[in-house]
Amino acid sequence: MTRTLWGSTIGKKTIMAVSGLIMLGYLVVHMLGNLKIFFGPPEFNGYAHWLRTMGEPFLHYEWALWIVRVVLVVAVVLHAVCAYQLSRRDLAARPSKYVHKRARAGYATRTMRWGGIILALFIVWHVLDLTTGTVHSGGFQAGHPYQNVVDTFSTWYGNVIYLVAMLALGLHVQHGFWSAAQTLGAGNATRERVLKGTANLLALALTAGFIAVPVAVMTGVVS
Amino acid sequence: MNEPTNYAEYTVGEPIADTKAPDGPVAERWNRRRFEAKLVNPANRRKHTVIVVGTGLAGGAAGATLAEQGYHVVQFCYQDSPRRAHSIAAQGGINAAKNYRNDGDSIQRLFYDTVKGGDFRARESNVHRLAEVSVEIIDQCVAQGVPFAREYGGLLDTRSFGGVQVSRTFYARGQTGQQLLLGAYQALSRQIAAGAVEMHPRTEMLDLLVVDGRARGIVARDLITGAVSTYFADAVVLASGGYGNVFYLSTNAKNSNATAIWRAHRRGAHFANPCFTQIHPTCIPRSGDHQSKLTLMSESLRNDGRIWVPKARGDRRPPAEIPEDERDYYLERIYPSFGNLVPRDIASRAAKNVCDQGRGVGPGGQGVYLDFADAIARLGRKAVEEKYGNLFEMYERITAENPYEVPMRIYPAIHYTMGGLWVDYDLQTTVPGLFAIGEANFSDHGANRLGASALMQGLADGYFVLPSTINDYLARNPHHDEIDDSHPEVAEAVADTEDRLRLLLAVDGDRTPDSFHKEIGELLWEHCGMARTDEGLRKVLDRIPQIREEFWRRIKVPGTGEQLNQSLEKANRIVDYLELAELMCLDALHRAESCGGHFREESQTEGGEAARRDEEFSYAAAWEFTGTGMAPVLHKEDLVFEYVHPTQRSYA
Amino acid sequence: MRLTLRVWRQPDADAPGAMVTYGIDGISEDMSFLEMLDTLNEELILKGDEPVAFDHDCREGICGACGVVINGDAHGPERTTTCQLHMRHFNDGDTIDVEPWRAGAFPVVKDLVVDRSAFDRIIGAGGYITAPTGAAPEAHATPVPKPDADFAFEHAECIGCGACVAACPNGSAMLFTSAKINHLNVLPQGAPERETRVLDMVATMDEEGFGGCTLAGECATACPKGIPLPSIAAMNKEWLRATRKVSRS
Repeated sequence: MTRTLWGSTIGKKTIMAVSGLIMLGYLVVHMLGNLKIFFGPPEFNGYAHWLRTMGEPFLHYEWALWIVRVVLVVAVVLHAVCAYQLSRRDLAARPSKYVHKRARAGYATRTMRWGGIILALFIVWHVLDLTTGTVHSGGFQAGHPYQNVVDTFSTWYGNVIYLVAMLALGLHVQHGFWSAAQTLGAGNATRERVLKGTANLLALALTAGFIAVPVAVMTGVVS
Repeated sequence: MNEPTNYAEYTVGEPIADTKAPDGPVAERWNRRRFEAKLVNPANRRKHTVIVVGTGLAGGAAGATLAEQGYHVVQFCYQDSPRRAHSIAAQGGINAAKNYRNDGDSIQRLFYDTVKGGDFRARESNVHRLAEVSVEIIDQCVAQGVPFAREYGGLLDTRSFGGVQVSRTFYARGQTGQQLLLGAYQALSRQIAAGAVEMHPRTEMLDLLVVDGRARGIVARDLITGAVSTYFADAVVLASGGYGNVFYLSTNAKNSNATAIWRAHRRGAHFANPCFTQIHPTCIPRSGDHQSKLTLMSESLRNDGRIWVPKARGDRRPPAEIPEDERDYYLERIYPSFGNLVPRDIASRAAKNVCDQGRGVGPGGQGVYLDFADAIARLGRKAVEEKYGNLFEMYERITAENPYEVPMRIYPAIHYTMGGLWVDYDLQTTVPGLFAIGEANFSDHGANRLGASALMQGLADGYFVLPSTINDYLARNPHHDEIDDSHPEVAEAVADTEDRLRLLLAVDGDRTPDSFHKEIGELLWEHCGMARTDEGLRKVLDRIPQIREEFWRRIKVPGTGEQLNQSLEKANRIVDYLELAELMCLDALHRAESCGGHFREESQTEGGEAARRDEEFSYAAAWEFTGTGMAPVLHKEDLVFEYVHPTQRSYA
Repeated sequence: MRLTLRVWRQPDADAPGAMVTYGIDGISEDMSFLEMLDTLNEELILKGDEPVAFDHDCREGICGACGVVINGDAHGPERTTTCQLHMRHFNDGDTIDVEPWRAGAFPVVKDLVVDRSAFDRIIGAGGYITAPTGAAPEAHATPVPKPDADFAFEHAECIGCGACVAACPNGSAMLFTSAKINHLNVLPQGAPERETRVLDMVATMDEEGFGGCTLAGECATACPKGIPLPSIAAMNKEWLRATRKVSRS
């Protein structure tokens, strides 16, 4: 079955759909967690600490977090590798362009590839910024995520990177969710509106939820 | 070129007889023939190669079935894919004597209707076989997944069609031909993938190879590279369709042509009843000189549409402004019991008559109304849409008129050719080893084909008849010699083809192939179309040699022969149309009676209906080729009617 | 009407091609697009030029032979085949770009003619029901619910013209392939080969070099027969079902 999946365009799309949905689920949780920042440093920092102690005493300290991280990394890698291979294939399947140019497909559809690359770069920056602190502006303090977040969004480039990435995320989710549903065979004529509506709602909710934080920092609601 | 003299002075040769049909009761003949036929041992079949030319219903079905039986099949089509043959355009349906409606149908009745519908110019034994096999065709197609229309109970739906009073026509919306053809194509594709059929798309047959009096292969041109090659086989099956395109404007596909059957005719296969051409009553009228082909609206429309013209000559009011009592529903008036469902030849001629009286509608007065207002009022727009939606759309796309609101305009057009290569009961031509199936042969429809019978005949020949009868030939006539290109008869045929193509390219004149084609077509439509006269036919016979002379002086074919050259393809087909047109007119001239699609103005009843002359013309005319422009030899096959006794057809 | 045509001319598969400009006059709005090209070709022949090669046959929108890209749209601005597109949809003085289908799996043969034989190979891989002639049971032995029969028909309408591939930014043949799979897999007659059909046809589709589907939806917009986009989702579902089933057995 693995070989069938990996060897077929539909199989690779299936892998992309499943890994995409895993990441999407994670993002919904992540976004909701982020909103805790509006309840002040103790609650936000406490939440961040709980993420590490989750599952105890059955799991050791940080095990749950590491499990999530491993699943996410596998999902990201599979998603990216399949996307790369499928894109190579798609470009080869259309070696010569039409002389008469015309905008094809919707904006979200056309920006899936670029959007994906932007998001991949963003993830690297985001981890280096707020998880490891490697590129963090102003002293990164492990265990004080509230302050770290405020620091990041106190720089202009931090805001720009974040806002651009979240807009890309919205577009990516809008087409990606619907596309994943089609790939997994959930689409049919009657369900089309429900699926498209859900995709739009998810995209909007994620973008708005994530953007709320830098906007709050910029406007001084969170400081 | 031979000197074109005295073409009309044909000679009458030995009568020809169908020696393969068994005698005895007509209902037992097909069984008897199958039993008496020799079989080829299944293990030996793969050693036999059969060439099939064409991939329509007949050819596609035959290629797939022969391959399933174990023969090695080499198949050709000029299209880029075997899925595109013109059978695909048949809209209305396919007849079968299933009697699912319990409306009194039976094999016997389908047999009777077909012989009568063909105006008593078809062979009884063939037609009865067709009616028997019709039942199996539906089973076969359903098993292949053909999505016929069904009722809510999940069972097959049927409808009625012109010329009959039972509902025996199975259909798939307005795309029955497409669905049946795709069924055959898919069966063929399975055999191609399995290596049992060697498929040559974009390859056109240009000559038949006859070696020692038997068909042994074909000469064909690869339409992409231009390469002319030979292909050898133990038997050759022509399923290349009819010759309606000789008229230039017809409902046939643009590239559908007569070259395969005409070249076979030149090599010794008799051509039967070439003047039996069918004019379909419900086509979209032409809109101008640019017209490249005519589009048919399915005859099934006549089930619910009512045909009328204004009562007054030259009434130019829009149809909605013509009150009911100033309309002439002429078919309902003249033929009260069949009404709008009279056979095609009668409906076509009636349309021509009212237009000749100056009561035609639309530009040029060449059209009649086909009105759905009553049907929409009675059944509701939705039901009409369900039945005919795609046809209405097609009409609107072409004419920019909405037939739900404005009556359609229709006019007759050349649609089908009943004539074709003469074949015996086994579907073998007068050249041993050469078979002709589907529209390419002349066998089952006599002088007029009933609606929804072409699909039936094509599939009957391809799935059931030929695959049985060809066994007998292959079993009795095994070939022991290997032939190749060096054989003198083969080399002669190849040189002949190559010379012809070279000559076409070399003339470098000043007229395009289409201009000649149009000229021939207009001449034929005028004098050998819906109505024919001695005088008109002789006029064409005088004119054709002049056109031929002009053709070889003025034809212009750009490019070379070693490439995809569509002008060369066209020009080469016209060479054959020129000869075929001559034979059609001669056949029409010699048959001084009216029957079916052949209407001679000299032979009509007082009421203006076709008058058959059975005592003189109850035969199939099989013509033997003697040379370009040379008078052919007529061989008569007497038609014997033991079961359906000829009467003057009456649909009143 | 007077028009300016820019037509892709390419002498053969290996030669480079280019857009060539032609002026043409006297075009009637009742002409079909192909009749307009016929008119151009008649002029070219008389000038001693080679006419523009294009595939066409039935000219009534059902054989699937014709198809060119007109101003960037497969089969032009209307939802129909090129042969059924009429010049009344253009205006006097228009410049019209005419190009062949472009896809890696559809190499250009000459001018506007492309090689679509990959479609035949996809069908050959499983786009049929194995029912040898003579082996069929009585047609009414297996009723087919009307909704299933209608679903089958809706997908069986595909004419194999290739507009879906031409319109797809990825040169994907998913709509074509799904049409045949959905036609046959919904019918009881197609059930015995349901799994092998979808697996083999999709595998062949991939081998032929068609791209994958990114659900751009261009195919369904271009399809002259209105094969709907969800038919791709239905095929994906069939494929996943078959993959699970085959791996279990």
